[in-house]
Amino acid sequence: MSGYSADPRIRWTEWLPWVLAIGFFFLMPGYLSLGARILIFILFALSLDLILGYAGIVTLGHSAFFGLGAYTAGALGAHTGITDPFLQLAAAAALSALLGVATGAVILRTRALTLLMLTLAITAILLEIANKWTSMTGGADGLSGVKVDPILGMFRFDLYGKSAFFYCLAVLFVGWWVVRRIIYSPYGAMLTGIRENATRMHAVGAPVYWRLVMIYTISATMAGIAGALLTQVNQFVGLNVLGLEPSGDVLVMLILGGVGRLYGAFIGPVVYIVVQDTLAKQYPEYWYLGIGALLIFVVLFARGGILGLLDKWLPFLRPGRSAKASAR
Amino acid sequence: MAAVLETRSLCKSFGALTVADKINFRLEPGARHALIGPNGAGKTTFVNMLTGALAPTSGKIFLNDQEITRTSQSARVRAGLGRTFQVTTLFRNLPVLDNVALGVAERRGVAMRMWAAASSHKEVIEESRSLLAALGIADDAATRVADLPYGKQRLVEIAIALGLKPKVLLLDEPAAGVPSHESGIILSNLAKLPPEIAILIIEHDMDLVFRFAQRITVLVQGTVLVEAPPEEIARDKRVHQVYLGEQHA
Repeated sequence: MSGYSADPRIRWTEWLPWVLAIGFFFLMPGYLSLGARILIFILFALSLDLILGYAGIVTLGHSAFFGLGAYTAGALGAHTGITDPFLQLAAAAALSALLGVATGAVILRTRALTLLMLTLAITAILLEIANKWTSMTGGADGLSGVKVDPILGMFRFDLYGKSAFFYCLAVLFVGWWVVRRIIYSPYGAMLTGIRENATRMHAVGAPVYWRLVMIYTISATMAGIAGALLTQVNQFVGLNVLGLEPSGDVLVMLILGGVGRLYGAFIGPVVYIVVQDTLAKQYPEYWYLGIGALLIFVVLFARGGILGLLDKWLPFLRPGRSAKASAR
Repeated sequence: MAAVLETRSLCKSFGALTVADKINFRLEPGARHALIGPNGAGKTTFVNMLTGALAPTSGKIFLNDQEITRTSQSARVRAGLGRTFQVTTLFRNLPVLDNVALGVAERRGVAMRMWAAASSHKEVIEESRSLLAALGIADDAATRVADLPYGKQRLVEIAIALGLKPKVLLLDEPAAGVPSHESGIILSNLAKLPPEIAILIIEHDMDLVFRFAQRITVLVQGTVLVEAPPEEIARDKRVHQVYLGEQHA
C-alpha cells in the first residue's frame, strides 16, 4: 500500500467513509452518541495501526495513552478552569506524547513477548494510579462534572450529540490525513521496512530503535487525543479507559477490520461497536460471545480482516499498482 | 598506503572457547580481498565483529582510521561499511525497487521525511532504478522479492549494498545457495563492481575466490594462517593441509 512504488493519490473509495459518516448524521439522528463513540475508537484504532500495522510493534498497553488523554481532559475540565475543548485536546496530546517517549525509550529496546508484557504493565500501573488517586480521578466512581466549553464558542455539547459527532469527525479527519501522509512518506516506507526485516534496516544504516521511539510517540499522541475526545463527549471519565480491556478491545477492532491497511481501523470499530450495541440490547450478559465468534471467524477465514475479504470479493476496490506488493 | 579497514589484535571468546585470536587484518583501498578457511575457522565471527553484530572481547577495529570498535551497526553503515548477508536478508514482501530505495533513502538522508510521498522522491527512485539496471535486473523492479529466483535475490542484496555507496563492502558468501547455472551472473556482476570500493569477500566457492580476489587471507581456528596473493596461496603447503587438502585427499 505504501512505499516507493505506491501511488499516493486519494482514490474515490477513500472518500466513502466520510460520505457515509455525513449520511449517517442526517439519516440516523437518534444514534449520534453511538456514532461519536465509533469515530473516537476509529481514531484510537488508527493510532494503533501506525505502530502495529506499519512498524510491527505488538502492544497490549495502548490504552495507557488513551486513558491518560481521557483523564487529562477530565481533570482539566473538572478541577481547573481550562474548559476550552481544543486546549484540553492539546494538553492530552502533550502528556500522552511525553508518556509515549518516556516509556517507548525504555520498552522498545525489548521485543516480542517481553515488549508485550511491558506495555501491559504500563497501562496496569496507570490503572492502579487512577484507581487510588481519587482526589484527582474520582477513583472507581469515575470523574463526573467535566466541563467543556462550546466548540469555537458556538457549538455546545448537547444531549443529542450533534456537535459532538461533527467535532469527533473533524478531529478524526485531521488524524486520518496525518496518518495517510505518514504512511505514504519515506518515513512510512521505512517503518514498513522495520516491520518486514529489522536486521536489513540496521544494515542500510537506519537507527531502528530511535525510529521506533518516534512513531511510538506519534501514535501515543493520537491515542491520547482519542481518549480526550471520549471524555469531552461523555463529560465523564471512568476507570474503563485504562488497563487490559480497552487495549484488547482496540486490538480486536483493528484485527477485525484488517491490520496495516489504514481503513481496517475504520471498518473494525464500526462492526465491533454495532455488534456490541445490538447484542448488548438483546443479550446483556452474553454479547462478548458474539464478538468472540466474529473474531474466530476472521482469524480462521479472513486473515486480512474484513477489509481482506472485501479485497478478495470486490477487486475494483483494490489499489491497482501496489496490490501485488501489499498482498501478504 | 593507509588501510580503509583494519583490525588490531581482535579477539573473541565465548567462555573458554576462543573463536578469534589476535586477528590483525588490513584492507587496502580498492582491494579485492578474500577471506577463506575451513568450517568453524571463525569467519562468520570475524565478519560479525566487523559489522558490529558481535562485540569483540578485546582488540580494535578501524574504518578509515576512525575507531569503530564500539560503534553501532547502523552507524558503521553510515560511515561507509556496507555488507551483504550469507542468507538473503531482504524485504521479501516489498517490490525489488523498494528494497533498494529504502537503503538509498537512508544514505541520502531523506528517510525521516514524513510529509511528501515516497514515490515523489524521484532522485531516490531514479538512483535505485539505475542500480538495478547496472546489475541487469531493471525489468524486475516491480516484482515482489519473494517471487524472484534466488540468483536474482542475491543480486538485489548487492544492489542494496551498492545503494549505500560504501567505501568498504563485505560480501558474505554472495553465491551461497545459488544454483550453478545462475552463479555465472553473480560472478560477472562482482567483476563489474566499482573499482574504488574495497571489497572483502567471504566465500566457499574456491573457483570464485581465485578468479575474483587479488589477495587471500586464510583463517584457521580463529587465527590468520597466511595472507598472500592467490598464486602463493595455491602453492602453500599449510593451506593445502588444512583446507584445500580436503579436495586432494
